[in-house]
Amino acid sequence: MMKKGELKALFRRNVWDENQVLRQILGICSLLAVTNVLSNSLVMGAGLIFSVALSSLTISLLRNYIPHRVRMIVQTLIIASWVILFDIIIKATLPDVSRALGPYIGLIITNCIIMGRAEAFAQMNPPIESFLDGVFAGLGYTIVLVIIAFIRELMGFGTIFGYDVNFLGLETWTIMVMPPAAFFLVGVMIWIVNNIVARKQAVGGGKNG
Amino acid sequence: MGNAPAISPLVIFLASIFTSNMVLANFLGMCSFISVSTEYRTASGLGKAVALVMVFTTTLNWLIYHFIMIPLGLDYLRYLIFIIVIAATVQIIEMVMDRYLPDLHMKLGIFLPLITVNCAILGISLFMVIRSYGFLQTLLFGLGSGLGWWLAIAALAAIREKMAGNQLPRGLDGPAITFIITGIMALAFVGFSGIFVVM
Repeated sequence: MMKKGELKALFRRNVWDENQVLRQILGICSLLAVTNVLSNSLVMGAGLIFSVALSSLTISLLRNYIPHRVRMIVQTLIIASWVILFDIIIKATLPDVSRALGPYIGLIITNCIIMGRAEAFAQMNPPIESFLDGVFAGLGYTIVLVIIAFIRELMGFGTIFGYDVNFLGLETWTIMVMPPAAFFLVGVMIWIVNNIVARKQAVGGGKNG
Repeated sequence: MGNAPAISPLVIFLASIFTSNMVLANFLGMCSFISVSTEYRTASGLGKAVALVMVFTTTLNWLIYHFIMIPLGLDYLRYLIFIIVIAATVQIIEMVMDRYLPDLHMKLGIFLPLITVNCAILGISLFMVIRSYGFLQTLLFGLGSGLGWWLAIAALAAIREKMAGNQLPRGLDGPAITFIITGIMALAFVGFSGIFVVM
């Protein structure tokens, strides 16, 4: 088992220092596509956490049995199985969200974050650590997703989770729910995070490496 | 979506290049779009390879979906089967190219394995199922999406090459500015919307 300090370090690394989206530029497709409405983004985030955590767990459990040369295809099949399961659960419980997300739930399979965690962590670490690594990596993704969705839904529709909060009757910006704004927001977020990291390193003398 | 079969295949072809471009409107295939777009020649090569694979895999997936999966009631396994078909197709195309078109293989070879994990490829197969396209529609949808992807990555790479020597604020260079350029490109492509009716 891990010590508390290690757990904290793993959390910090996956959510901030090596945030999959903003630092590694992985998993961008779904990030851009589903963030025009907050509720869809939360389901998407839950789906990714579910898939990446359980795939990492499975791959880690099987890590000594998967031949190295065919590991990619085995990993893909494990990931696909968990994503199918999640898709079926969402179809049964939230049919409207499932329709709104369309192909993007299925596309979790090709989300680079899952394969990235499998390659970089799960295939050489014990199951519980891998599971937690997956949860934290998924959490880092979900946090970015929610921030962008919050901005886009608020400015584009004047709502939060579908509730009207536009009390002043301001003009909503349709551009925010269209594709270009997603690109602009992600670009600006990466810029801001890069600057924060650079400043921290300058102040703390490169403490985080 | 119920009236999808009524759309002319030609409209689907043009729409998938311009109005519902895979990258700029549906956000598919972003990973390689951002990371392989620093040089025009390489980007254009990847674009061609993606277009080729897209046409083959969507057509093949359509045939498998309608003649094997539906009769056997295997609809729920479509993610798994599509991804296997894509991986296998990429492998076969690579082998055939290596044997008969060595020049082209030399140029596109390194990109082919990358394509298996390009989500645009799986994405268009899933779109094709969700929008219940017919055979000809699927063929032209695959071709149009491929050309659209190629157009987008080639244009982005050309822009990035032009501004490679420019001075940028720290932190903005690299991925951040690429997203903002893509945003401006997407803005330009929004101008096409309304010309063709999609979905």
